[in-house]
Amino acid sequence: MKLRRTMLFMPGNNPGMIQNAPILGADSIILDLEDAVSLDEKDAARLLVKNALETLDFTGCEVVVRINSIKSDFGYDDLNVIARVKPDAILVPKATEEDIEEIDEILSTIEREEKFKLGSIKLIPLVETALGLENIRETILASKRNIAVLLGAEDLTADMGIKRTREGNEIFYARSKVASVCRAFKIDAIDTPFADVNDIEGLIEDTKRAKAIGMTGKAAINPRQIDYIHDVFSPTMEEIMYAKRVLHAKEEALREGKGVFSLDGKMVDAPVIQRAENIIMKAKLAGIIRE
Amino acid sequence: MENILGRVLPDYIEGYGEVKPFSGAFSNLGVKGKSQVFVKCVSPRDVKLLNSIREALEKCEIKDGMTVSFHHHLRNGDYVLNMVMDEIANMGIKDIKVAASSIFPVHAPLVEHIKNGVVTGIYANYMSGPVAEAVSKGLLKYPAIMHTHGGRARAIESGDLKIDIAFIAAPTCDEYGNINGVYGPSACGSLGYAIPDAMYAKRVVAITDNLVSYPACPIEISQEYVDFIVKVDSIGDPKGIVSGTTKITKDPVGLKIAKMAAQVIEASGLLKDGFSFQTGAGGISLAVAKYVRDLMKNKGIKGSFAAGGITGYIVDMFEEGLFEALFDVQCFDLKAVESYRRNVAHQGMSASLYGNPHNKGAVVNRLDVMILGATEIDLDFNVNVTTGSDGIIMGGSGGHSDTAAGSKLAIVVTKLLKGRLPIVVDKVTTVTTPGETIDVVVTERGIAVNPKRQDLIEKLKNTNLPIMTIEELKSIAEKMVGVPEKIEFDDKIVAVVEYRDGTVIDVVKKVKE
Amino acid sequence: MKIVNPAKAGSLESNDIFIMVFPNEKGIEIELESIVIKQFGKKIRKVIEDTLKELEVENVKVIAKDRGALDYTIKARVETAIRRAM
Repeated sequence: MKLRRTMLFMPGNNPGMIQNAPILGADSIILDLEDAVSLDEKDAARLLVKNALETLDFTGCEVVVRINSIKSDFGYDDLNVIARVKPDAILVPKATEEDIEEIDEILSTIEREEKFKLGSIKLIPLVETALGLENIRETILASKRNIAVLLGAEDLTADMGIKRTREGNEIFYARSKVASVCRAFKIDAIDTPFADVNDIEGLIEDTKRAKAIGMTGKAAINPRQIDYIHDVFSPTMEEIMYAKRVLHAKEEALREGKGVFSLDGKMVDAPVIQRAENIIMKAKLAGIIRE
Repeated sequence: MENILGRVLPDYIEGYGEVKPFSGAFSNLGVKGKSQVFVKCVSPRDVKLLNSIREALEKCEIKDGMTVSFHHHLRNGDYVLNMVMDEIANMGIKDIKVAASSIFPVHAPLVEHIKNGVVTGIYANYMSGPVAEAVSKGLLKYPAIMHTHGGRARAIESGDLKIDIAFIAAPTCDEYGNINGVYGPSACGSLGYAIPDAMYAKRVVAITDNLVSYPACPIEISQEYVDFIVKVDSIGDPKGIVSGTTKITKDPVGLKIAKMAAQVIEASGLLKDGFSFQTGAGGISLAVAKYVRDLMKNKGIKGSFAAGGITGYIVDMFEEGLFEALFDVQCFDLKAVESYRRNVAHQGMSASLYGNPHNKGAVVNRLDVMILGATEIDLDFNVNVTTGSDGIIMGGSGGHSDTAAGSKLAIVVTKLLKGRLPIVVDKVTTVTTPGETIDVVVTERGIAVNPKRQDLIEKLKNTNLPIMTIEELKSIAEKMVGVPEKIEFDDKIVAVVEYRDGTVIDVVKKVKE
Repeated sequence: MKIVNPAKAGSLESNDIFIMVFPNEKGIEIELESIVIKQFGKKIRKVIEDTLKELEVENVKVIAKDRGALDYTIKARVETAIRRAM
């Protein structure tokens, strides 16, 4: 299990930001070759990210590269150069079922050529059109490499011709759909970034709304957002204490040979235990509690 | 010979004298004498207010070879040093030693005086800009002598540094020499660094642009110390003196370091009621205050005092009740000046009270936690803030060594790399502060604790902080940037770095062309 | 690879390096300016040379203005400039 509470976007043509990316505390970083790079610097960013992945130590941080759409002039070159230096995952913009299938095949070829383990480079489709949203199930089924879906609300609302607001009621359906489908296939549902980096209160509210619906993490566009998002997605001390009591009660019941047991007068069944184990594991991964 | 840190020193340095080698941060204490001062008595009818700097210099009988002193509260907005030195040069005086507590880029005209032989010696606790570069190039006849803030006070009190004429930049002054820094167009707040000069110089001249009727209350430096007063149009440029507000850095790497430093403080057990704290005004150091503030608020901790150069940020913490008092040797912004004027518990302190190791106890001795910067730190935790890694002088101790020695927990906060330069190195280019007084170094990629602080290592083991050895930190840095080539130096000594007790901790040599 | 046109890559931002390449008759010529020239001048020069060698460039004039770039950046910027110059 790997925590993917935050995925931090970093512009792919900025060496200063790339080399500091792994220490900013995000669970994942996304080195961006798409929107953050102007058309005449696409070649430069591609080579910079390639060399960074070859040389720098990104230990402890998942490295994802957002390539340009394979329908653009740059996507195939991006894929061919970046896959050979083995990022943890590729983020695929405006992903369709066909895109994912095609990229999956290209990756398999590269993995064979480079003698990487087959299927080791993962994929994250970016859902940012109405069509993408409605076809999300097929897109996920198109490759076993998919580990998460990232919802891109700016492009999605633009595609639908609706207004993007601070409260985000307009993306309630999209979030619900992404969260539900991702859960069905046991992959992560990553929420759209919150655009106003100075509005911390807004960020926290927005993150809480996403979590309440079932999103499992959130993209960030500024390092300052990371801690606040982590706070929302990390188990609270109260949850941890309760989980510990559940697991303790379970052990005691086992020792006493009891199959069924209760805590605070409530029956503890398998889902409750499962949830408690999950919380403890997350808390450990988040560094909130120690082994 | 070598001092205890293995730095090679000559026994005698021309223009400095006999070298007393540094032998440990606390090895040179005991009973110390204070210098006698010969005062020219002022009789009831004498007039102290003069018409010009020229007249003051004449009345003070300026002559070749004298030592004149200045203080740096007007920082990079200071006009006084240049005005006085230009007049001295105009009079055809030579071989002057300038004892300025700090020298800034605004003092560039001093370079001409150095070239012309008007100035042959410099004493400073900190210098940056063209003068520092000129000294590094060996243009000054004798080596510059670099003190700490507390060490300068010590040198003046002991008579090691004898000042013939002290010039006090006085934001407000009356015709009889009572001075304060809280009013006037060049208000700068506390005048802490000028106090030893006023008390121990043979002659004291106040230069003011705000002459008020007698007495100029509140009085920070009193008439009993002042020989003459000169009124000028302006003593400084307010823009260079104090910034409007001091702001916390937005750099995410700096913030990460600051946050970890605050976590180290929390884990150390020192963050409790009665807590005392000092930090610098810039960059990462000030950001530590932000996280300490949050921690103190969350835990309901009421601190004792914050000290040092005071910023508006620290004033906010004080006014929120997080500290009972402030000790202020220098105000960094207008908010600090305003608070110093208004709040009784915002207490001024002299340089000696701040950090002199040879008095009956300086404020630094009462500090729990000190946050420090570094240009370089080595495997023995020695810190350089005097020279850049290119060997050129770009700073100096200021209060660095004093606070490191006094505080219970001295934390260096720095990026592991500055551009391509690794900050953790085998041997620092110049030792400013000895490693025995540095407890922890916090960087964005890891935290190293001085092995002599096993107690602290134990405490930090129970946290999620990335604790490692300083050797590991160095190897992380070198893996990223490689090993820098060694800078080559000439034999010529361009500066002598004195530890706060007056022993020589290092010398700066001229960089090979 | 043969350099046909002048080309440039990189920037003068901190941690970056600005590389200009020009066609050259007589081998490899490198003009380097760096904020860390004393500490890393030789190393930077070597990274540029090695990258040119890898790309099999034999005749080129390189003007490099370094703002504290790490090797990976130097390599990427040189390669970008060379590819743009072909």
